[in-house]
Amino acid sequence: MVRLITHNLLACHVKGCTSNNFPLIFQDVQIELQEAEFNPDFVTHILPRLEWGALVDAAKQVGDTSLPPERPEMMDDDLLRQLHHVLMEIHVVEGAMICPNCKHSYPISNGIPNMLLAEHEIG
Amino acid sequence: MSRPELQAPPEIYYGDSEAKKYTTSTRNQQIQADMTYRALELLNLPPGEPAFLLDIGCGSGLSGEILDEEGYVWAGVDIAPSMLEVALEREIEGDLFLQDIGQGFGFRPGSFDGAISISVLQWLLNAETSHPTSSPPHRLNRFFTTLHTALRNPSRAILQFYPTSDDQIQLLTSIAQKAGFGGGIVVDYPNSKKAKKVFLCLFVGGGGGGQQQQQLPEGLACEEDEHARFERRRETEKRRNRSGTRKALKDRDWILKKKELYRQRGKEGVPRDSKYTGRKRKAVF
Repeated sequence: MVRLITHNLLACHVKGCTSNNFPLIFQDVQIELQEAEFNPDFVTHILPRLEWGALVDAAKQVGDTSLPPERPEMMDDDLLRQLHHVLMEIHVVEGAMICPNCKHSYPISNGIPNMLLAEHEIG
Repeated sequence: MSRPELQAPPEIYYGDSEAKKYTTSTRNQQIQADMTYRALELLNLPPGEPAFLLDIGCGSGLSGEILDEEGYVWAGVDIAPSMLEVALEREIEGDLFLQDIGQGFGFRPGSFDGAISISVLQWLLNAETSHPTSSPPHRLNRFFTTLHTALRNPSRAILQFYPTSDDQIQLLTSIAQKAGFGGGIVVDYPNSKKAKKVFLCLFVGGGGGGQQQQQLPEGLACEEDEHARFERRRETEKRRNRSGTRKALKDRDWILKKKELYRQRGKEGVPRDSKYTGRKRKAVF
């Protein structure tokens, strides 16, 4: 179950891949919607850590275009709810994540991404 | 104490059957739950605030379930696919990753408000191949440096593990220090063989929670846990013995009964019963 919140914190960790290794690009994704309890405090708490542009792009890749392209100055309740939906309720179940720099592919199967590296890729 | 980490690598040891066994054992559930609560206590997160935590070696989600209950949002990593499958069946809320922590994490800097890990680090202390990247110091170094990056400043990581020797503790703490962590080892119930638990408490920055929090939390020590079970009963029995209220085991009745038994069996030379039977002899001096 890759939620966009964790996707937004995830970069490629292959040896030597240190720049332009974020965000990972979704490929052939299947998504599942699961309702989660809305916690506005948590969303505001996590907001400073998120990369807005990456989040909007990732949301687009999984077919959700409800977020504004620029980080809004003021957060109202509707927007927080929208953000909560994008961050916590969209689960990527199948597909892959591709590093934009080294093209390493992290396959996602049954909701669990495989982050294992081969011997020569370990930093 | 069994040492599964010496038998096989974790992803092989925790196959389908072992993963089921591990998760359904109520004794194991209890131990894991206790340690998770204790780890959360040591994590010392500000009360009432939401937090995003990392569960290292989340396994089948025994600890994750508690994080869910406590209202934390979390992500978990584990190397055993069978364990993760069980976790999926149990429908926990956290995100799961199939990842070898000895290869390091790919999380962006400052992603998590804290990290916990229950009974995992001992798995990193054995080399599986002769490749340089699979030597324990290299893997530990990779683990601690990427963990340090992934945590916010200030925050804490609480890692419970079962060391086999003091050398291992030394190795872990020295590598963690090199990676930039502060903190050290907290031992709960140090005098008990069974209940003894070792926590590696690592601080990023001040460790969170104000000035006075920089010092290491105290380990738990409990009177009762220092003794074996039922020892108290044994002691009370001993006490009764001394004050003479407890009946002697081989009293007159017992002797008479035994003699009667011997006579019935036809044993020769059983002494006669008299008023002196079962009496103490006079002191000679």
